[in-house]
Amino acid sequence: MTVGAGLVPARTPEIQDNRAGTSPAPTIMAKNSNNGRPLNVVGKPFRKVDARAKCTGQTKFADDIVLPRMLYCKILRSHEPHAIIKSIDVSKARALPGVFAVITGRDLPIPYGILPVSQDEHALSIDKVRFIGDPVAAVAAIDEDVAFDAMNLIEVEYERLNTISSIEEAVMIDEPRIHEYGDGGNIHKKVSLEFGDVEAGFAEADLIREDTFFYEGSTHLPMEQHAAVGYFDPDNKLTLWSATQTPHYVHRALAKVLGLRASHIRVIATPNGGGFGGKSDPFNHEVIVCKLAMMTGRPVKCTLTREEVFYCHRGRHPVLMHVKTGVKKDGAITAMHFQSFLDGGAYGSYGVASTFYTGALQTVTYEVPRYKFQGLRAFTNKPPCGPKRGHGTPQPRYALEVHLDKIAEQLNLDPAEMRKRHLVKPNSVTANYLRVGSMGLGQCIDKVVAGADWKNKFSGWNGNSRRLPAGKGIGIACSSYICGAGLPIYWNNMPQSGVQLRLDRQGGVCVMCGSVDIGQGSDSILAYIVAEILGIDPFDIRVITADTDLTPVDLGSYSSRVTLMTGNAAIQAAERARELLVMAVAEKLKVPIENISLAERRAFDVENPEVGVSFAEAVVLAESKFGTIGTVGSYTPPASPGKYKGAGVGPSPAYSYSAAVAEVDVDPNTGIVVVERIWIAHDIGKSINPVLVMGQVEGSVYMGLGEILMEEMAYRGNRNVVHKFPSMLEYKSPTTMEMCDVKTYLIEDPDPNGPFGAKEVGQGPLLPVPPAVANAVYDAVGVRIDEVPITPEKVLKALREKKSGRDGRFGPTSVPSVVWPDPQRILTPAEGGDGREMPRVAVHS
Amino acid sequence: MKQKAHIRFSLNGEETEVAFAPHKTLLEVLREDLNLTGTKHGCELGECGTCTVLVDGRAILSCLFLGLDAKGREVKTIEGMADGATLHPLQETFADLGAAQCGYCSPGFLLVAEELLQKNAKPTRDEIKEALSGNLCRCTGYIKIYEAVELAAAQMRGEVYELPRESFYGCE
Repeated sequence: MTVGAGLVPARTPEIQDNRAGTSPAPTIMAKNSNNGRPLNVVGKPFRKVDARAKCTGQTKFADDIVLPRMLYCKILRSHEPHAIIKSIDVSKARALPGVFAVITGRDLPIPYGILPVSQDEHALSIDKVRFIGDPVAAVAAIDEDVAFDAMNLIEVEYERLNTISSIEEAVMIDEPRIHEYGDGGNIHKKVSLEFGDVEAGFAEADLIREDTFFYEGSTHLPMEQHAAVGYFDPDNKLTLWSATQTPHYVHRALAKVLGLRASHIRVIATPNGGGFGGKSDPFNHEVIVCKLAMMTGRPVKCTLTREEVFYCHRGRHPVLMHVKTGVKKDGAITAMHFQSFLDGGAYGSYGVASTFYTGALQTVTYEVPRYKFQGLRAFTNKPPCGPKRGHGTPQPRYALEVHLDKIAEQLNLDPAEMRKRHLVKPNSVTANYLRVGSMGLGQCIDKVVAGADWKNKFSGWNGNSRRLPAGKGIGIACSSYICGAGLPIYWNNMPQSGVQLRLDRQGGVCVMCGSVDIGQGSDSILAYIVAEILGIDPFDIRVITADTDLTPVDLGSYSSRVTLMTGNAAIQAAERARELLVMAVAEKLKVPIENISLAERRAFDVENPEVGVSFAEAVVLAESKFGTIGTVGSYTPPASPGKYKGAGVGPSPAYSYSAAVAEVDVDPNTGIVVVERIWIAHDIGKSINPVLVMGQVEGSVYMGLGEILMEEMAYRGNRNVVHKFPSMLEYKSPTTMEMCDVKTYLIEDPDPNGPFGAKEVGQGPLLPVPPAVANAVYDAVGVRIDEVPITPEKVLKALREKKSGRDGRFGPTSVPSVVWPDPQRILTPAEGGDGREMPRVAVHS
Repeated sequence: MKQKAHIRFSLNGEETEVAFAPHKTLLEVLREDLNLTGTKHGCELGECGTCTVLVDGRAILSCLFLGLDAKGREVKTIEGMADGATLHPLQETFADLGAAQCGYCSPGFLLVAEELLQKNAKPTRDEIKEALSGNLCRCTGYIKIYEAVELAAAQMRGEVYELPRESFYGCE
């Protein structure tokens, strides 16, 4: 069967002939490009290497694993939000026929956590539970039914403690403390940074505006529930199969908690049935199945129910924000002061990083010459928050972009033009020491403005000259995201990503890498890049990933790091292999090395293309000359110019950029907002595979749409700590009926740090969607909804306010009063700073 | 041990006999007693559409369907969608367009789409949306799924149909 579009390369693609040198010259020539060679695979919409398996039900997810003699695990979870565990009686559970083991917190006393600074979790709670859903005891039994019955026979006596249910309560109420660490009371972390003299910046402004926003928490809701299988073999080696985005960090956590040598532990990340950040922490069920497997000598599986997945959470932090910005009449920012207050839930998770992220990327879109950030993360008795797609940046991005819209109105400027006029320059360093490389945001704005016919649809700020019919509106927003974090989660000097390549004499190529395919296509990216450099078909390549026994470390599928980092490591490994092949073939053909080209599964003389050998023969020649052919590649991000405490969050090898225009229809009688279409442009640097990039853009738009219109992790009960609706029916997420049309534009502004110039796309395109919709709602009906999600109730409330002559706004009006630590003061690069904190001057009275 | 129930039914065109605990859903029987793990589960409460299979040609949620009720019926799962090694046109177009990202919801979407195309060889975009509205996908934003269904439908009608360039490369 042929492919209908004629635009997709054939499924077993005929690689283009590059012998004549007629193909267009590649756009970039850098160490991470194809060294000037024409591109045959990169940039083309190939299938994913695992596409057939996924479309035939053959992909093995964690819960699909069944081993002989396997036991099933159920975890008893706390129904108390905050309580001391007085006693646990497991005797009845142990006595139930078919039960093989029952464990409690005493069996796993060593704490762990994803960040070295927040080792605050136990696989099973020891003395205290901190939220409804905290694990208390676990059972391994012959089948799930028996495990379930046994779980219900466990008796736990609790002594209730008062709960902390909100940011405000955490700030005000010190006792009881949810944790015995942090920045006092129930404050997990306080951050205070000042880059340049912010007050002097405000003094230069023509207009100073202040706004307050709230962004509700939401969850990843991957279609696959978390699942894990542990097996402790007779040789005392432990294997864990798990739906995890970060097998390397899970490996480290298991070694710590179980007291085993890491070299005796193998973690295999199964293909994730969606992650979005929700499978990035080491989880209690992963530790538990391993412990139960060690105790019983049998494989043990645990698959979470959907309700348990809601309790695992680690999703979007609810964030209350205050932003104050000084601008000149043309919208140029003179200074910005941003405050964020994060509701962290019951554990640390990635929260310290999340806190910094709520203040890090404000500076990489528009010039912010002086910048102050204060952030606070609170502990509350709710499921822990962590990294969800965009990690800590969609909340401040929403606040910033709506705030800028209000500024544009006050200055009577076109919001698209105002943004475009003040863009950060490419190859520059921001006030908070983030080094920006390529910067395609201007082109992104141009594309969506033209595509959406912005100039003929945006009514301007004068309500008398409406261009769209009543109730319809249009809004714009922009954003940026990191392409991988500059630093690993634990301090080390090793690469963040490693790739190993093995070539065999049959012409087989195997690429091995620790990265995890969570649906984004990271396995395929490895195959495309290696195929490009070795001149073979990506479907010739065997890809082995995410197995700590077999693959070199890659830190995992988070922070939009995978394409950039594994791609660069793959390029290095493949170029090294290519060099061996080329040397051997050149010797055989008796031509200079530079003459050898690899393409179409051949190695040949470019000046005499019919003279050559097959790829398999080239490997034989190389193996004869050099011995077994295996190469490695690694990638370490460039050092960041920021040296102050906290400078580890925000730096990235590159930044992607996005701009979005949303068109909405708001019914003033019901308050229902229908998003009709979103135009989105994304600066991808270079698409390794454009159809996969399109999928990430569309999926990001979808997830952003869910967050702005309906998704919320809401709690109820008199203490506001009981999850309101831990089910997929009642946790509203967009179905096909709510999803809008999307017009996508891919901007290719290659970044020197990206493989073939590529930047990220998995997370960034989510970011402009919520604020673009919020701004469009204002254009449609003249009310500002300064709180995400924009539900019909909020719209109606704001419309009523407006009708009664008041503000026509829905949203928070104040932030808690907090004693902030003295900020670290850092001179900006423009002020001659060196990226370090200025010495603190002691003040004597 | 509870007494097992024992039924015969047609599974992916093969006469099948299976014994299972009588309270089990068809989802559990397929995955646990017949080792057909291509059928996935997202909620086991009838909320997400992930576990969809075809029973007598009709898409049903196997998590809400008792295994016992499969007796004597024709059940089709994702494992039975391809014709031997030849994929169904929907499977081909889903693969080509990246309509399966993580692939976890894909079996359910594919079977619902197959049922749709059997009833309606030329569905409009709105008809496709409505047919798929009971299935959740968190990866794709559904757009590549619509396009894959439209492309497969055209191919199954024997038409030469090309998706616009922008489906693969974005708008100009």
